[in-house]
Amino acid sequence: MYDIYEFLLRFYKEAFLPPYEYKEIINQFFDVGIRSLSIISLTGFITGMVFTKQSRSSLAEFGATSWLPSLMAIAIIRALAPLVTALIVAGKVGSHIGAELGSMKVTEQIEAMEVSSTNPFKFLVVSRILATTCILPVLAAYMGLVGMLGAYVNVHLHEETSFTTFFQAAFVRISFVDIGVLVFKSAVYGFTIGFAGCFNGYYADHGTVGVGRAANTSVVVSMFLIFIEEMLIVQLVNSYLH
Amino acid sequence: MATETTQTAFKKPTVTIDRGNAVISLREVHKSFGDIAVLKGVDLDVFKGENLVVLGRSGSGKSVLIKIIVGLLLPDRGTVRVLGCDVDKLDTRTLQQLRSKIGFSFQSSALYDGMNVRANLEFPLVRNKRNLTRKEIDEAVAQVLGDVGLSQTINQMPSELSGGQKKRIGIARTLILHPDIMLYDEPTAGLDPVTSEEINALINKVQKRYNSGAVIITHDLTCARFTGDRIVMLADGKFIRQGSFDEVFPSDDTRVQDFYNYNFITKA
Repeated sequence: MYDIYEFLLRFYKEAFLPPYEYKEIINQFFDVGIRSLSIISLTGFITGMVFTKQSRSSLAEFGATSWLPSLMAIAIIRALAPLVTALIVAGKVGSHIGAELGSMKVTEQIEAMEVSSTNPFKFLVVSRILATTCILPVLAAYMGLVGMLGAYVNVHLHEETSFTTFFQAAFVRISFVDIGVLVFKSAVYGFTIGFAGCFNGYYADHGTVGVGRAANTSVVVSMFLIFIEEMLIVQLVNSYLH
Repeated sequence: MATETTQTAFKKPTVTIDRGNAVISLREVHKSFGDIAVLKGVDLDVFKGENLVVLGRSGSGKSVLIKIIVGLLLPDRGTVRVLGCDVDKLDTRTLQQLRSKIGFSFQSSALYDGMNVRANLEFPLVRNKRNLTRKEIDEAVAQVLGDVGLSQTINQMPSELSGGQKKRIGIARTLILHPDIMLYDEPTAGLDPVTSEEINALINKVQKRYNSGAVIITHDLTCARFTGDRIVMLADGKFIRQGSFDEVFPSDDTRVQDFYNYNFITKA
């Protein structure tokens, strides 16, 4: 626990003190974003379609299929988009960060960086954590839109609902608070993914076994923490904002 | 300034060593890991233009010694002066400035896997000299690649290079900043005899061209004999012998004898 505390403290210190690694942060920002974009598009669209299909029969029993757009918007924007995005990024990017830093550690690349007069913590760790923290809200918002598109396609296949009508009905129940919560939740998940990946990778040892363990632990720990955080944030939001 | 010209045996080229100018100076350096004392009061001077070889068995503390010199590890006791600075007393920024004058060639080469050869070589340059133009960077990269004889690999990834090529690119990466001190950690480990000889020749070429003081950590006696102006032998946490190769070997000390015999019997 002390190592985690020390790592966290060092992160805040290095993140706020100059010099700043702008170029590497932007590189990581695009790297993380681009690496996740295709899978997020696919899963977002399928999630929207399938969730709409599954919900339709239940709402139809009460003659409430007209509520489908707003139900989908609430489910996707408030819960599914940030959570599913975070789980996908944890699996794809978190494991990559853990393995990458782990292999750099065991092959002395981090030490090589240090003797090249570069602060490896700032260059490797701070840039990755900031990148995942900043990119996840963008990816979650994107997934929300793609998910809603999937929902629209399903609705359109059953009823002749126009694009405009669907989205007007969908967003009538969505407020700025919901968007704000999506951004906040996603940023927290992004930080968790980046932090877990960097911490496990940076302290990897025992050769290639350690690299595998770092990648694995990064994913397991970040997914576990994401669910805990989801539960806490939902409790807080429901208590104070909704 | 007390300078001397030496011509050691075994094809070692003539070099000029400035005996009045110690670029590295260690006094009573102690280092332990838990209960295991690795260094027990080590004294060492390395002079400008000199190749100093540190011989010793695996686990004898050779790598710990050069990591202490470059500030990657701190000594428990003793003083470490490098280019006139007490390494263990420097703040982060000053230590980084000092490190830009030290080239460290890692045992594993430690090339950045995600970057090609060009990016690997540019990395220390752009990090330390931020106002260089693209043309100056390209020229510096071309020059060091030429020095190590690997100009054709400029766009290759580290995974596409052989072990010997990786070592040479690793050395080129350290040379790009024209260091005053070179530290080589097991430069010939894991290489075939022909490639080892090429690396030895490169170490001598670097010494002559850049006039840098160097510490070469090795357990390869051929490397020691071919590259070293002076040899020290580390055993049981202390230097037990020092001098030229012919002064260190043979010796009555069984630790030195065993090391010598094992090396040559293995090669035979």
